[in-house]
Amino acid sequence: MLAYFSSLSFLTLLRALPGSVAQGMVWGIMALGVYITFRLLDFADLTVDGSMAFGAAVCVMLIRGGVHPIVATLIAFLAGMVAGLVTGLLNTLLGIPGILASILTQIGLYSINLHVMGKSNQPVSVDNYPLLVSLRYVTGSAKSRAFFFLGMVIFLVVLICVLYSYFGTEQGQAIRATGCNPNMARAQGINTNFIKVLTLMISNGLVGLSGAMYGQFQGAADVNMGRGAIVIGLAAVIIGEVLFGKWTVKRKAAFGWTLGAVIIGAIVYYLVYQFVLWLKMPSEDMKLLSAVVVAVFLAIPYLKEKKSQRKGAKA
Amino acid sequence: MSEEKYALELREITKVFNRGTVNEKLALSGLSLNLLPGDFVTIIGGNGAGKSTMLNAIAGVWPVDSGRVIVDGTDITALPEHKRALYLGRVFQDPMNGTAATMDIEENMAIASRRGQRQTLRRGVSAKEREFFRERLASLGLGLEERMTSKVGLLSGGQRQAITLLMAAIKKPKLLLLDEHTAALDPKTAAKVLEISDRIIEENQLTALMVTHNMRDAIAHGNRLIMMDEGRIIYDVRGEEKKNLHVKDLLAKFEEVSGTEFANDRMMLG
Repeated sequence: MLAYFSSLSFLTLLRALPGSVAQGMVWGIMALGVYITFRLLDFADLTVDGSMAFGAAVCVMLIRGGVHPIVATLIAFLAGMVAGLVTGLLNTLLGIPGILASILTQIGLYSINLHVMGKSNQPVSVDNYPLLVSLRYVTGSAKSRAFFFLGMVIFLVVLICVLYSYFGTEQGQAIRATGCNPNMARAQGINTNFIKVLTLMISNGLVGLSGAMYGQFQGAADVNMGRGAIVIGLAAVIIGEVLFGKWTVKRKAAFGWTLGAVIIGAIVYYLVYQFVLWLKMPSEDMKLLSAVVVAVFLAIPYLKEKKSQRKGAKA
Repeated sequence: MSEEKYALELREITKVFNRGTVNEKLALSGLSLNLLPGDFVTIIGGNGAGKSTMLNAIAGVWPVDSGRVIVDGTDITALPEHKRALYLGRVFQDPMNGTAATMDIEENMAIASRRGQRQTLRRGVSAKEREFFRERLASLGLGLEERMTSKVGLLSGGQRQAITLLMAAIKKPKLLLLDEHTAALDPKTAAKVLEISDRIIEENQLTALMVTHNMRDAIAHGNRLIMMDEGRIIYDVRGEEKKNLHVKDLLAKFEEVSGTEFANDRMMLG
């Protein structure tokens, strides 16, 4: 026991933390996408596992082909939107249930990603290309680290502001109404099928963007990098809600703060991840841990409701 | 008479649910109905008589098997539900159904006030609209004008129905569909919501169809009353004759026409 604790170096943990925060920020963008489908549209979209890797594959291959990383990242956003479009059409046009439609897209994307990359993974080195994000910027000099985090924070704040404004527009309201009460939405003249497709496109666009950034961050795109992404996204959403839910509802522009909480949720997730690794828990158990955490927190509101109903029935 | 423009024409509407199964049910059986502009029609009938089914056929919740639905001279039979919303205002039995619980009162009203328009990237609620909504909400006398940025989910069933009524009428629809919209409320709240319904219909000179299971309400409200059974209209009365009706007349009528007793625990006789 003593040997175990003495083998843990606090300094090692401290050194790893900036990388975890950076990773959380990048994945936070994907978590925003999950939040939009899961919470706003009430659609469990498993496309993300495929569109995350799709975004990375498209971006990395474009950069390797000589396209500027900014352009490549934007194209990855569009690629993600196409993935969302496919799921949306499978669901609304062909009547395939939402979860199944998204699984079909996800599985199809696995082959497509292999085709895009030509093999199961492709490196992209920060030495050869002017990447937007990279772990090297974080582990490098203090100046490059500060520059990286400043850039990321500004980007995320701008992204949240854009999303906040968008969900306050007529279109954004139509999305929220469709997710909350599709009967009401249709009675008020909203084409709920169109709105579903649109929302899936926006969400998967963000996931593709996140994948593109993560591919650059770790210096490679991998066909398996999105595996279980939906669970990480949900974990981030839930951690954000549990930690800040009570705090955000009371604030002005509550929705904007909620989006911020989702990103912080993703950061917390990767900090915990790092901590658990530091405790020398085997990394292959991380997905199981994530799944359990997500299951527990999704179950809590349901069980609470059931309990209060039982109380009500007795009274 | 044929020159006259009806607010609503239903021509021989037929709808069968679960066709070809053991649960096959003829829900609407060659139903025809003409409404003059300004008609306020109350609809009664037993369970499964086709009252709500008729409203759903008009609203386009599903396509009808045959027949035409014509609103204010426009044939809307082929239009999907969301496109018919331009012509219709709807209030449902379940107060949860007519509004979006997670959205503000003013956002719900803004969505209703832009019914039938394309959703663009304009702001969801403008300052000018806000004033208009405030004034409309104040007319309810429920104090909701002070809570415009509250989530609708925090309101009571009666408050939600009142807001849904405002939303349904806000674009002055060609036809207002009230589907047992007071059935889920306590008697006092139901009376209040009915009073608001009367006033909104009167002020906006709307043509309205109101399904109710309360015979007394059916007699007291509107200028015309129809009774349905087995997917068709079995009794249609208007004007003075309707005003002089009593509940026992309706019961007798029902037995006479349908040949069965109006025994129905959901039907309120009093």
